[in-house]
Amino acid sequence: MRIRRKNLLTVFLILAGLAGVAVAQRSLNDYVLSLVNFVGIYIILAVSLNITNGFTGLFSLGHPAFMAIGGYTTAILTFPVQRKAYFLAGLPEWLARTEVPFFPSLLIGGVMASLAALIVGVPVLRLRGHYLAVATLGVLIIVQVLITNLESVTRGPLGLNGLPALTDLWWVFPWVVVTLLVSWKIKFSSFGRTMLSVREDDLAAECCGVNLFQTRVAALVIGAFFAGVAGGLWAHLVTAITPKSFSLVLAFTIVVMVVVGGAGSITGSVVAALVFSVLTEFFRPLEERLNIYGLGEIFMALIMICILIYRPMGIFGTREPRFMRPDDA
Amino acid sequence: MLRIENLEVYRGRTYVLKGISLEVGRGEIVALIGANGAGKTTTLKTISGLLRPHRGQIAYRTETDQELALDRLPAEEIVRQGVSHCPEGRGVFAGLTVRENLVAGAYLRRDKQGLREDFQRVCELFPILEQRASQTAGSLSGGEQAMLAIGRALMARPRLLILDEPSLGLAPLIVARIFALLAEINARGVTILLVEQNAVTALDLSHRAYVLETGRVTLSGASSAIACDEAVRRAYLGGQPR
Amino acid sequence: MTGGYITQQIVNGLILGSMYALVAIGFTMIYGIIRLINFAHGDVVMIGAFVTLGLLQHLGWPFWLVSLCVLAAGAFVGLSIERVAFRPMRGAPQVTGFITSLAVSIMIQNLGIVFMTAQPRNFTFPDFLQQLLRVGPVSFRVVDLVIMLTALVLMAALILLVRKTRLGVGMRATAENLDVARLMGININRTIMATFAVGGSLAAVAGLMWGGKFGQIDPLLGFVPGLKSFVAAVIGGVGSIPGAICGGYILGLAEVLFVGLLPPIYSAFRDAFVFGTLILILLVLPNGLLGKRMEDRA
Repeated sequence: MRIRRKNLLTVFLILAGLAGVAVAQRSLNDYVLSLVNFVGIYIILAVSLNITNGFTGLFSLGHPAFMAIGGYTTAILTFPVQRKAYFLAGLPEWLARTEVPFFPSLLIGGVMASLAALIVGVPVLRLRGHYLAVATLGVLIIVQVLITNLESVTRGPLGLNGLPALTDLWWVFPWVVVTLLVSWKIKFSSFGRTMLSVREDDLAAECCGVNLFQTRVAALVIGAFFAGVAGGLWAHLVTAITPKSFSLVLAFTIVVMVVVGGAGSITGSVVAALVFSVLTEFFRPLEERLNIYGLGEIFMALIMICILIYRPMGIFGTREPRFMRPDDA
Repeated sequence: MLRIENLEVYRGRTYVLKGISLEVGRGEIVALIGANGAGKTTTLKTISGLLRPHRGQIAYRTETDQELALDRLPAEEIVRQGVSHCPEGRGVFAGLTVRENLVAGAYLRRDKQGLREDFQRVCELFPILEQRASQTAGSLSGGEQAMLAIGRALMARPRLLILDEPSLGLAPLIVARIFALLAEINARGVTILLVEQNAVTALDLSHRAYVLETGRVTLSGASSAIACDEAVRRAYLGGQPR
Repeated sequence: MTGGYITQQIVNGLILGSMYALVAIGFTMIYGIIRLINFAHGDVVMIGAFVTLGLLQHLGWPFWLVSLCVLAAGAFVGLSIERVAFRPMRGAPQVTGFITSLAVSIMIQNLGIVFMTAQPRNFTFPDFLQQLLRVGPVSFRVVDLVIMLTALVLMAALILLVRKTRLGVGMRATAENLDVARLMGININRTIMATFAVGGSLAAVAGLMWGGKFGQIDPLLGFVPGLKSFVAAVIGGVGSIPGAICGGYILGLAEVLFVGLLPPIYSAFRDAFVFGTLILILLVLPNGLLGKRMEDRA
């Protein structure tokens, strides 16, 4: 009976969230609304990177590359046909004539990102630790360079602008919920335990029959899917997308969120994403008023250091707060 | 020379040593035997300063008859006072050559003449080390590494040599050789505290022994007496009459 | 594409590689001894460049004195970073150390912006260094020659330090096994501090060279060398000093050669080619060129 209660609670929270979205859309001003959307996207990013880096212990800096792939795919698909002829003259016929609604575009974007992750993962995921970090960094740079130079398809360094502003809280909230549910389900399933075992001691895991390689690839692919979706949401929030939108700095930012929140803790990623994006926004008007640019970053950096000195495993470590765990965990 | 009183040590949250007391007199060979997890390595690490006790004291009598509290000194200082720890699993520096390992052992010493003499002495005791002086320590066999580890500990010209399971993973013939060499080292004036799972050889070599069981000393006395003790026989010596 | 042209490209690559190698050495030494990535290492380069700017151009001090001050400044900054960002983190998981040093790097960069604004400053070396020399088909400035020679001298000095001195044995022992090194009587804190100081000096000198080579410096200049030293050290095998040197030169050569030897339409793809090559190297040698095999734990 208790399990039913947890499910009921989850459903109730989702409904409450939806009600909250309705209220927010009506009453909040545009600036705050877009901030909330960004927070939601950052949550998707942090939680999905947590699957790759946190659960499985991979050191991947490639998340923005998957965002870019998903973002560009979604953007090209939703681009109105009339403008396609002008902006993207080099597109193949069948693409130039189609215009796909938002939801399928997002899905396709996510799938493309996953495919890219599969292609990239097979050679690269045999590497470990910092070697993997450099390789994923390389992937990020290569994707950036490709996007910048395949101008016929992506319009190169100019990027695409004037994208339809399709993203709003009604889209972001459900995707946040889906990402959280999927992560939660994975974490407390046997597959999730497999991932954690790979992270803790891969030699021992291998001796227990775990296929390390498949686990790692799966972790990368799943994380990439949500990164791709997040990229699509981002593109249609900012209504523009350029090769520089998804940079190394963003990669570091998301890794910071995962580590500070606690690698492996879903709650940690959510809290860290929330706190980080809100605080960054908070410091901005302060910087402008005092005319000291860079102050916000210094404070953020100090906060990061302080948190990590006192809790080197992140705020939540690998665990979730008690009420969030399933009853048998 | 060494007196431990009511030592309590935690490792993380685990209560490992629950108040042990033991003594090592000058010139003796004292053995500390017990099963895995009894706390033997923890004891040695606390003596050499890698771990700090929760409670209890470790008193050490120096050359000049001063009494020092080892539990308050940093590890580097403890080595300087003449306590040399040969760690579990040998702990040789695999990437350094044999000679460099010995140099590392003598890190705190500045007397060139004394160093040269000691290097000679180590080479006499372990001729294989002289042969392999320029090879990396990682390329040595298990037995050779054990000899390197002991030789390295000797390079500090210790008054007290503590060894953590020197026989671990070694063939019985090599174990016998190493223990014979330990006897010789002791004959030259070095006090030895030996931790071993291999109770038979340890009791054979040592003058006195302590039995450690889950963090407590359950038996102590002359090694020959302990070797005859019924309970010890059954637990550690295979229950065979000697 | 003549032999002379190719040689010129190779020389250019070696000059760039010298700077990368100097920074990569410090990076890999720090990693080797405490197993943590020092992301703030690149910012020591920036500080070296600014110290040079201040002392050489604004105060007009003689070049040799400025160089010594740069070495000292680098050591000082290195030691500070160790004390502030790394000593409290000892024993923490690797990603944590990465994030803390990233935070320190952000702080240093932004403090630079706050105090010196993000405006790039011009950097001009004394005239005699700017002169052009010609050796056969290859031409370079005196400053380039100085960069290469200084880099070689410093690298040789470092290798001597690490291989022949007592401190060097201490550093290598500590890098192998910290606890056992303590049992030898090696003072771990001092050894680690020495590593950071030496690494910092080298990085600061690289900053001096960087300013001379590129002519312009700004507070954010540390990001690129920091990243490249990370990449170079990893390619060479983290923790290996010869590896870092090789990695630095390979990176420098790859950057220059990919632009110089490929048809111009591919120039924009330079970074992609460089990283593609690096990934290929890693696939063939998963622990870098000279790195130790990570599977030997069991």
